[in-house]
Amino acid sequence: MAAIDQSEVHKVADLARLALSPEEEKTFAGQLSSILDYFEQLSELDTTDVEPTTRAIELSNITRADERKTGVEPAAMLEIAPEPDGEFFRVPQILADAE
Amino acid sequence: MAAATATQTKYEAIIGLETHCQLNTNTKIFSPVSTQFGAPPNTNISPICLGYPGVLPVLNEKVLEYAVKAGLALNCQIAPYSKFDRKQYFYPDLPKNYQISQYDLPIAEHGWLEVEIVDKKTQAVRRKRIGITRLHMEEDAGKLVHAGSDRLSGSTHSLVDFNRAGVPLLEIVSEPDIRSGAEAAEYGQELRRIVRYLGISDGNMQEGSLRCDVNISIRPVGQTEFGTKVEIKNMNSFSAIQKAIDYEIERQIKAVGKDEPIVQETRLWEEGSQRTISMRKKEGSSDYRYFPEPDLPPIEVSVEQREAWGGELPELPAQKRHRYEEELGLSAYDARVLSDDRAVAEYFEAAIATGAETKQVANWLMGDIAAYLNSEKLAVTEIALTPANLAELVTLIEKGTISGKIAKEILPELLTDAVDSVEKLVESKGMTQISDTGALEAMIDELLTANPDKVEQFRAGKTKLQGFFVGQLMKKTSGRADPKVANKLLSKKLKG
Repeated sequence: MAAIDQSEVHKVADLARLALSPEEEKTFAGQLSSILDYFEQLSELDTTDVEPTTRAIELSNITRADERKTGVEPAAMLEIAPEPDGEFFRVPQILADAE
Repeated sequence: MAAATATQTKYEAIIGLETHCQLNTNTKIFSPVSTQFGAPPNTNISPICLGYPGVLPVLNEKVLEYAVKAGLALNCQIAPYSKFDRKQYFYPDLPKNYQISQYDLPIAEHGWLEVEIVDKKTQAVRRKRIGITRLHMEEDAGKLVHAGSDRLSGSTHSLVDFNRAGVPLLEIVSEPDIRSGAEAAEYGQELRRIVRYLGISDGNMQEGSLRCDVNISIRPVGQTEFGTKVEIKNMNSFSAIQKAIDYEIERQIKAVGKDEPIVQETRLWEEGSQRTISMRKKEGSSDYRYFPEPDLPPIEVSVEQREAWGGELPELPAQKRHRYEEELGLSAYDARVLSDDRAVAEYFEAAIATGAETKQVANWLMGDIAAYLNSEKLAVTEIALTPANLAELVTLIEKGTISGKIAKEILPELLTDAVDSVEKLVESKGMTQISDTGALEAMIDELLTANPDKVEQFRAGKTKLQGFFVGQLMKKTSGRADPKVANKLLSKKLKG
């Protein structure tokens, strides 16, 4: 497993909208690398005949009927929003490049 | 058009469509709140659609059923094992900061649909299969209103309406099999016909229930590798899709001709100026960091379940078109028009089931009745005239009980007022055709007596005057004289 370098940390942080200083990027690169190395031990196991797992719990097809249920009052949710604006949720200016 | 030089390269366009189709379920895909369009802002919301911590999304069973049915109708393979994934991106229309979608195990893959392309000049019909790469379920996002400007740029802040957040969508991705704007528009229309036939979506483009994004590139004919692909958005009608693509093909060919590079970007169709404009450059593919949605267990569609849903599919538009042509002997045009809307097709089938003449029923339905539905903005199910009434009307004309002209006269009443029997109605109105020889002969005798000069002229060789007598007879009978019988009798009597 290739070690995580600083540019990889920078990219992931950027995708997660985290602002890290170059020093933090260096620290996390080291820490993330050692975490991945630790998990790397799993590759010692022979998984040739094991189906890929997407979930830890054996459960499937949980669905509900297409019926309305009353729950929390919409107005109550609007009220506790950071910036309610009439019938709307107001959000700060969106930067075009954030799209 | 500029004269083509002998060395001019011929290009072909490679087009794929990505369509988002809103399902018409009562409630959202993962939460039990209404999906009603046009409700006051932020009234159809719940902690699940707002992404509150600790909430548990649960899949609406109708969404799964509709997705499988759509997949089957599009000739797809239904995945025996499918799952949901989180697609991460940050935008205020998506309060969770991820969209629940399907990534590597979509519910349906590897399908196709058939389109019919009509040649404008010759009216010849060409059939073509367009591949369907995949179909998956996902949730819609909310709607943003940008304040202080009608565009994002220049706005000071934005307002969000989350009513649409969590409305179920099917995303349907086509193979890059489409070659022209006309083919793309036809593909979109066929897709809409199919979802409407299935009754899973209203397919309304104006309200955004059906949204199409186009991927398009050009390459010299004969070249196998693809050119740089451009995405076009913002078309809200099929004709806009066609025009946007035709514009874009032209633009790209011109650019290549001038050695200008095609940039990988998203362009918007501007309806006002009828052109596409650059919206943003796309550098590389976005990194959405998909991972399996831990709150939703996987979906396993059993063979029994798939077959049960498959058994509920109606006859689909393409099947109807083929059957109308091959079994009923209708033209490709008639078959297309009659099968476009499922309700009209079913009305048509109910009418001909009684034995009424197919082509006549088709003509009434596509002519006078369609015109009325159009002008009154009604569905065929909303008129008083039943399929049985129409069949009876056609049969009455066939039998000669009433003339086609009388039928047209009586139709408006039949469209608005329900009747049990058309025959009784025409009888009570005295509108039946007079084919009784005795009655007609008496009237003809009267006419000849009243116009001795014309009779003389006729006998002197001015045989065209027979038309005058036919006209007089029709006037006398308010158009009810059976023209065949009347003409025969007149000829005989005029000749003396």
